[in-house]
Amino acid sequence: MLRLSKVNKYYQVGTHSLHVLRDVDFEVADGEFVAIMGASGSGKSTLLNILGILDDYDSGEYWLGDTVINKLSESKAASYRNRFIGFVFQSFNLLPFKTALENVALPLYYQGVTRRKRNQIAAQYLERVGLRDWADHLPSEMSGGQKQRVAIARALIGKPRLILADEPTGALDSETSKQIMDLLSEINATGITVLIVTHDPEVASRTQRTIRLRDGKVVNALEASASHPGIAAAVP
Amino acid sequence: MFDLDKWKEIWSTLRSNPLRTFLTAFGVFWGILMLMAMLGFGSAIQSGSQRQMKGMATNLLFVWGQQTTESYDGLPPGRGVRFNTADIELLRRLPSIEYLAPRLQLGGWMNNFTVSHESKNGTFTVMADYPELKHIVAFEYDAGRFINERDIAEQRKVVVIGRAVYEQLFEPGIDPINKHIKISGVYFQVVGLTRTLRGGNQGDRDANTLFVPFTTLKTAFNIGDRVGFFAMTAKPGTDGPELERQVREALSRHHRISPTDQLAIGSFNMFVMYSKFEMFFLVLQLVSWVVGGATLLAGVIGVSNIMLITVKERTKEIGVRKALGASPMSIVSMVMKESIVLTAFAGLIGVVAGVALLAGTGAILEHLPESPLGPPNVSLSTVLTAVAVLIGAGALAGVMPATHAASIKPIEALRAE
Repeated sequence: MLRLSKVNKYYQVGTHSLHVLRDVDFEVADGEFVAIMGASGSGKSTLLNILGILDDYDSGEYWLGDTVINKLSESKAASYRNRFIGFVFQSFNLLPFKTALENVALPLYYQGVTRRKRNQIAAQYLERVGLRDWADHLPSEMSGGQKQRVAIARALIGKPRLILADEPTGALDSETSKQIMDLLSEINATGITVLIVTHDPEVASRTQRTIRLRDGKVVNALEASASHPGIAAAVP
Repeated sequence: MFDLDKWKEIWSTLRSNPLRTFLTAFGVFWGILMLMAMLGFGSAIQSGSQRQMKGMATNLLFVWGQQTTESYDGLPPGRGVRFNTADIELLRRLPSIEYLAPRLQLGGWMNNFTVSHESKNGTFTVMADYPELKHIVAFEYDAGRFINERDIAEQRKVVVIGRAVYEQLFEPGIDPINKHIKISGVYFQVVGLTRTLRGGNQGDRDANTLFVPFTTLKTAFNIGDRVGFFAMTAKPGTDGPELERQVREALSRHHRISPTDQLAIGSFNMFVMYSKFEMFFLVLQLVSWVVGGATLLAGVIGVSNIMLITVKERTKEIGVRKALGASPMSIVSMVMKESIVLTAFAGLIGVVAGVALLAGTGAILEHLPESPLGPPNVSLSTVLTAVAVLIGAGALAGVMPATHAASIKPIEALRAE
């Protein structure tokens, strides 16, 4: 599905160069459900941006399917994002002036699907996340859990092969978080690869595998446990 | 272009901050309204003045005798210059003159005469004229005709009267033709009733004037060989100042006037007047475009400014759109369309308001008698140009915000909370 080999990323901060990702190496197979964990500043957001083709990297290789993603033009990157990747954000990022239905349909707008057809498809996806009756509501009229469901429906509508979720439960209470994780599991069960960035061990425990980042490096569970005994206890 | 969805997108953004949209649109609206108002009133002043000058040839020259101011050929200064019938022959030989109308006012310049018909009478201007006058001052006739060659040759006692003369001397509905009226004790037969094409003072003067054949007046009132003044037009292709120079030269020689004595002969050159008028209106129109255009430009800059603020405020939204697969082009086109729609819509309302304003003012002016202003008109082509300029301006206003929007990086946008 996707493979990173020796990916490095630097940020220029004033005169200093910050080495954010150091030789990041990992692979995610088709249909896997993976969590990326790390403390803040560990480089997990940067990693997610690179995986989502929202940001470039400086060296190494990122393979998405059988394509190397590197220094794409903006329009090409936009088109790959549109066709291969669905995004789910911590703060949902729904457009406030659009109804749930219109928000879900938005990716299809950029694919040039006619209005009628995309609204029809959007309605199906809303039904799939259990919000059929909320189609005409604005995000401001919905609860956090509902908003995240709309966002998930929006991420799914382009039939992506990969869902990238950035702290999808970060803004939700534990009960709602559980429901959202259930939904993501269901989606994974249909064969879509799901990658979740989180710092919540609860969430990570729901996935099949956890990749840990520390100071921009992928570390194995043992190394991680050395510095985080609390987490080590949670990992068998 | 006519995808309903794109319009909905534009509408929803513009609606999301109605006050700001309204104020921005108002800038453009006001700009185009001002431009139209200025052009309209410029044209009103122009058509008003042209109405005053209507019915008068534009290549017209008047010359009259004054007093010499220089001694010449043994003659002292201060000598009165009086034109006479010999000058008629002299000027007729000048090739640059198209029509020559020697004229004489009975009793002298600005003097009026008592004219009567049956028990009614009034005081009017009496002019002795040649048929050529009709080429210099255009009249229409409510009845009859103007003085003709036979009237001149036979020294007929006929008269052509103005509208006001008719209204003063005749009962309404009476046909004045062939009726006799008495001018200073002499009977003249009415052969024509004129209706002037000129407006204002000139038109009033025309309506209060009687025209008799030049030769008749001479004998009937024993005026001798005097000519009051000459009115003439230049042949096409001859310019006014050149004609004036030739006429002055011929008359000066004949009357033994110093060639450098400009004050001995008075003149009024319509050609020079007219080019001054034309220059004035050209400048007026230019000023209208510059001031109106600047107001419009201020409005357009307002649009650009607002779009830029809007784009900054929508950074996150644009980031989301990009993450979902919006290409930079689609973002550019979205912002540009918003800008064009806002500008064009506000501008069109301005055009409609402008047309209404001009039409309304025109209707009021029409009911004002003797208004110095004509109907304020703005030509369709001007309006269409303004609309095209607006749409272009809208696009221009959108360029900077749109490029800014396209350059927004999704990661930075999504990070912005």
